[in-house]
Amino acid sequence: MDFNDTPTEAEYREKALEFLTKNAPMRHLGRPTLSTTLGPADLLAAAQIWQKKKADCGFSCITWSEEYGGPGGSAIESIIFSQEEARFDVPLGIYQVSLGVCMPAILKLGSETIKQRFASPALRGEEIWCQLFSEPGAGSDLAGVRTRAISDGDNWIVNGQKVWTSNAHLSDFGLLLARTDPTTQKHKGLTMFWVDMSSPGIEIRPIHQMTGKRGFNEVYFSDVSIPDSHRLSDVHAGWKAALVTLATERLAIGGAKGADYEELVALARQIPCDDKTVMQNGGFRQRLADWYVNSEGVKLTRLRTMTALSRGETPGPESSIGKFIMAAQLQDLSDYAMDLQGQFGTIHESDRSLISAAFQDGWLKAPGSRLAGGTDEILLNIIAERILGLPSEIRVDKEKPFNELPVGR
Amino acid sequence: MNFDYSVDQLQLKDEARRFLSDASSMASVRQVFDDSNKSFDIDLWSSVADLGWLGAIIPEEQGGLALGATELCALSEELGRAIAPIPFSSTIYLFTQLLLHLGTSQQRDWLLPEVAKGSLIGCVASSEGPGNPKLKARVQGGKLSGVKLPVTDGDIADYAIVSALDDAGTSLYLIDLKSPEVNRTVLTTIDPSRSAAEITFNNVAVDPLGPPGEGVAMLKHIFDQAAIYTAFEQIGGADKVLEMTRDYALKRYAFGRAIGSFQAVKHKMANMYVRNQIARSNAYFGAWALEAGNHEVPKAAAAARIAATEAFQFSTKEAIEIFGGIGTTWEADCHLFYRRAKQLSLMLGPIAEWREQLAAELEISLDVNT
Repeated sequence: MDFNDTPTEAEYREKALEFLTKNAPMRHLGRPTLSTTLGPADLLAAAQIWQKKKADCGFSCITWSEEYGGPGGSAIESIIFSQEEARFDVPLGIYQVSLGVCMPAILKLGSETIKQRFASPALRGEEIWCQLFSEPGAGSDLAGVRTRAISDGDNWIVNGQKVWTSNAHLSDFGLLLARTDPTTQKHKGLTMFWVDMSSPGIEIRPIHQMTGKRGFNEVYFSDVSIPDSHRLSDVHAGWKAALVTLATERLAIGGAKGADYEELVALARQIPCDDKTVMQNGGFRQRLADWYVNSEGVKLTRLRTMTALSRGETPGPESSIGKFIMAAQLQDLSDYAMDLQGQFGTIHESDRSLISAAFQDGWLKAPGSRLAGGTDEILLNIIAERILGLPSEIRVDKEKPFNELPVGR
Repeated sequence: MNFDYSVDQLQLKDEARRFLSDASSMASVRQVFDDSNKSFDIDLWSSVADLGWLGAIIPEEQGGLALGATELCALSEELGRAIAPIPFSSTIYLFTQLLLHLGTSQQRDWLLPEVAKGSLIGCVASSEGPGNPKLKARVQGGKLSGVKLPVTDGDIADYAIVSALDDAGTSLYLIDLKSPEVNRTVLTTIDPSRSAAEITFNNVAVDPLGPPGEGVAMLKHIFDQAAIYTAFEQIGGADKVLEMTRDYALKRYAFGRAIGSFQAVKHKMANMYVRNQIARSNAYFGAWALEAGNHEVPKAAAAARIAATEAFQFSTKEAIEIFGGIGTTWEADCHLFYRRAKQLSLMLGPIAEWREQLAAELEISLDVNT
């Protein structure tokens, strides 16, 4: 067991740290961050500047090869940079889907021309991508996509609705999964495309989330024409292509960012309890210990993944456990942190609430975190089936033609 | 970065697993379990001595192999997986480690070679009743009197390290349990594959171990290290239980299909897997802290202890639920693990005390960082 970097890794970490220290302020526990203080427009502008800076210095898309504008670094270097970057207050998140989900798919599925056209502008943050997969009737059951694409000679005419599309309103392009044959089995009638988000017939409506934010959208397609040259899979072979992006999505989502045990300790030290603070309360200390154990367990499990990577092994779906644990923990810990404050816990103002309202924010965000990138239940299925080798669910929808499947109301 | 067993350590672990799958099969565990006259598996004990495991952390000059902490963790994981019915934890994690830390060179030269050879079983006698009562055992004029209850492996041990009051406070003493002034009563416990005794000391001669008055701190120091080795036993057991349960759920059919195909059953096992992984990662951190020998040990030990205790107990509870009625019978192996999981959870102090220790360590580390 050895936490030390190899000399090459240490050298890289130093280089990363030097870049970060020069270009960004450190993040401080319990203090507001850029993401919580800036409005959407300013946050986007800040993110664009930060992304360009990273690209200029070879810290964007570290594993991409030079022919697509990347520095051709290793997976370990990419992790090292993320570890260090997480300690700084930088505007992250806007490019997560673009670079973590869509571009890996483009690089895997696209023709050489497409890769040359899109890789570099995406890496530099000049163009943003979104993922047009989920629909009102197709979430966990993604192969239930009903958005129709009908061939019209050289073009496909698309009609339907997508939902939960992060950053659609900021995006230049999208990765689209659509049904091209509803008369065959559900997994066999899908095709994947890329689409220009400024195409006529695309309408984007922001979703007002329970957090008050508007990070997701509904995207409506009305007779949108997509050239056949935008097709990323063989006709009707889009499901296999979609699976490629789902695996990278789980890796990209990884955890559930929000208040954790450190914020909880900072809170407990401020709340009076008898003549002392909550920090001295035995019941509180018992629960704190369990949350620390989970949180460290998840962090350390990532280091085991990193070890597998550095040994040249391919890490399996075990990284799913991080999101599964941390999303539920964010919900429980935030809930408990508000309980500790009594009536004061109802206040949700970034100035007045303790720890910049991190717990009120977390409590409202956590239900979504437990769903995004695979619900708790889907993640448990993945662990049961792919790691433990248990049988997959008995399916009543696999053999029938898609258009004969029962639908709810 | 290498946050896993090394290639050599994995090889040692594989060899240990192959050896124990035969030498500590469920059938041989049951021979101890079902026979109230059998306190431990004496053949297994001499085999592991021959393999050098009892001398794993003993220096070469005292007949040991002088392996590292992580090598011992690897062996502990396999012993836990096999729920080996031998006094390994008492003799190695506690007795040997206390001697290594506190023994005079004379004490070490005298006892450690015997441990390595397998001809000496050691134990630690600290408990005197439910909870954490004030000590009554006392040393006066070089003689110990008092009652220790329970002492794990106290019925089969040759020597005990005993905590007792004296003029300096609480100190540790080495006692020859074969002395006529020592009375031992075998206890029935929740885990018949491990033995325990009530030991009464009637003015027995003592040999002081370590600095006078430092007994509590010294025991705590060794318990921290023992908690990490024990966590490896626990994750070994927990992984084995998950494998047994998975295999059974694939073979057992109900409602026309394998019960392992029902989502409720799959999710139980997926949750077992999640807890086991969290425990394994925390235990690995413990192994690293042991090897580095640094100030992180108390925190790492508490985290490993909490995570591994929860994981092993959780998996053994869920296993019986998935096995169904057959899992509640004496003949099924489920209860052997259910019992061992509880036995391990109560050794080294209750989990609430470890949570408190972790909270206290966290207070310190978060002070330093902010």
